[in-house]
Amino acid sequence: MNADPRGVLTGTHFIDGDHACCEGALAAGARFSAGYPITPSTEIVERFSSRIPTVGGTFIQMEDELAASIAIQGAVWGGAKAFTVTSGPGFSLMMEHIGYAVMTETPCVFIDVQRGGPSTGLPTLPAQSDMMQARWGSHGDYSLIALCPNSPQECFDQTITAFNLSEKYRVPVMVMMDEVVGHMTEKVIIPDAEKIYVEPRRHTKKSPEEFLPYEPCEDGVPEMVHAGEGYRFHVTGLTHDERGYPAMTPPVQDKLVRRLKSKIDSANRQIGLYETENLEDAEVVVVSYGITSRVAQRGIEMARARGVRVGKLRLMTVWPFPEQLIRTLAKRVTAFVVPELNLGQVVLEVERATGGQARTVSVTHAGGSVHRPEQILDAILEAAK
Amino acid sequence: MSLSTIAPANPVEQFLRTDRMPHIWCPGCGIGTTVNCFTRALIDAKVDLDNLAIVSGIGCSGRVAGYVRLDSFHTTHGRAIPFATGLKLANPKLQVVVYSGDGDLSAIGGNHLIHAARRNVDLKVICVNNLIYAMTGGQTAPTTPADVITSTNPYGTFDTSFNLPHLVEAAGAVYVARWTTYHVRQLSRAIAEIFQKPGFCFIEIISPCPTLYQRRNKMGDGLDTMKYYKEKSKVKNGAPTSEVGLDKQGEIVVGKFVDRSRHEYRELLREQMQNTLGSRYVDPVAAECAESDHETAAGGCEEGLCS
Repeated sequence: MNADPRGVLTGTHFIDGDHACCEGALAAGARFSAGYPITPSTEIVERFSSRIPTVGGTFIQMEDELAASIAIQGAVWGGAKAFTVTSGPGFSLMMEHIGYAVMTETPCVFIDVQRGGPSTGLPTLPAQSDMMQARWGSHGDYSLIALCPNSPQECFDQTITAFNLSEKYRVPVMVMMDEVVGHMTEKVIIPDAEKIYVEPRRHTKKSPEEFLPYEPCEDGVPEMVHAGEGYRFHVTGLTHDERGYPAMTPPVQDKLVRRLKSKIDSANRQIGLYETENLEDAEVVVVSYGITSRVAQRGIEMARARGVRVGKLRLMTVWPFPEQLIRTLAKRVTAFVVPELNLGQVVLEVERATGGQARTVSVTHAGGSVHRPEQILDAILEAAK
Repeated sequence: MSLSTIAPANPVEQFLRTDRMPHIWCPGCGIGTTVNCFTRALIDAKVDLDNLAIVSGIGCSGRVAGYVRLDSFHTTHGRAIPFATGLKLANPKLQVVVYSGDGDLSAIGGNHLIHAARRNVDLKVICVNNLIYAMTGGQTAPTTPADVITSTNPYGTFDTSFNLPHLVEAAGAVYVARWTTYHVRQLSRAIAEIFQKPGFCFIEIISPCPTLYQRRNKMGDGLDTMKYYKEKSKVKNGAPTSEVGLDKQGEIVVGKFVDRSRHEYRELLREQMQNTLGSRYVDPVAAECAESDHETAAGGCEEGLCS
């Protein structure tokens, strides 16, 4: 279905990534947000708190990130589309509720505008060091979706995508921004509402008598109801059967956890969004995401000017990881160069996916600024040797 | 002669997920009694069950949500109140009950408890206080009185415990009462009463944990605890909450301590927005109705809310 025009600020804007992200959420139909202030993400909810009273929805500033990350899930079960916004230290506090959203299949969106860590780290400066935390941060086995925009325009676009994917797969979706993308101001084009696709909630058409809250459809995703509709349903973070009742036995656990994981893993190709250039003749492929992809672009251009056959693979979707794509490329390229604003996180997945068929060169950065293009150029030249 | 003539159905049964019985609670535990009182209150207050949601945290009392045939949410440890806050604000027509234990609500969830009371969010909080962490094996809770043996204070507790009515009154609750599981009629009446009371309401129910509290402290079984509640409870409606703290074997002051009026969170929000934004303010309830029409999604709004 199309976006509700009341939330869509159609036009050409000159705004930063944080503000664009908020507009993306509004366009996607988010009508509830709970937040706790943290640099460099706060502008997103500041804008939301300013915009939402005239759109028709609610913002509440909670007492901490634990509260914010569960209040949004209460709102979802009350019928709203909802999201929260944070950065490193707050993201750490939200981990338990990412797990709760996975287990209860609560569609919701978490925005993490990454800054340098560990701990309080670099509050006002960029990093991409929460990438593995986004994937593995909550306890237990699961798969989820994480997107990585590299411009304010993509902050808008991918936030909409995040909401749509969360509804389609009933999974929490992470939008992994970083301080530079969040605070970078560029042109953002917001289309007409009728040109924005919004995934509706998978609300059941079954009667309360026939409905089982956790009976999966063919794609492994169950249908949903909201509180106050007469279904008298139960939701729990405990291992549960298709009725939603706690059933803590190894067979129920096996069936549930495998389904939660496979509904995402098996849709890897449908979920994944990538930008590629010159992969056909590449001997070296630069794999990058977020702000680093823009520095990498310069490094790639410099290398090509020197005659190196270098290709680009930009991950707009980092999780689920494009394992098959990397594996296929690994058969015919010499090396992958992976620059990221951390000491080597996504590179581990690249290395794993190559299965030893190509070299992997990690271009690390502890955070606080971005790479210099020359660092990436040097790594490409080294890899091409 | 039909079976129902011989044994008329228990009026409470309609509220229970009987397919989940037997429950996990121990013999002599008070939680079942509180559920009985809760369901009686639903009958007496004529609560619209299709617009009632119950939210629990983790622990023995956190299991209540799973046993009642209502829209029910068993959330994470300590976070029933913020979940309920999101649920209530997104769907204001719901009556939202938070049903959980003392450890869940006042230790790990203590920050949420005071802030929800401060905001005066329209939540009905029922706190079953068994003075201990029961589910995990009888560890010290913030509510455990001094000189009590617990599994983590094997030589006796010594630090000061929370006086929950005093805490939530100070934080801003509009209704605060305490009863024990001996006071079933008073408790049912109190629960029925808070369904008519807008704002943050808090009922503390003192309840035995014979398995881990009474037995470990040589205080007898569930029946002995009932006798203790009967003998040592003193009804003092309107008592200053600063004077209702509990100790190991002393008097238990019960009654309705606080019943006052203060604008509820959503009223304050709406008023503020209307004062500052005027006609530009879009009430979320009205907006949700319009959207449901737009989407023709199931489960929309009821007539009268869209005025």
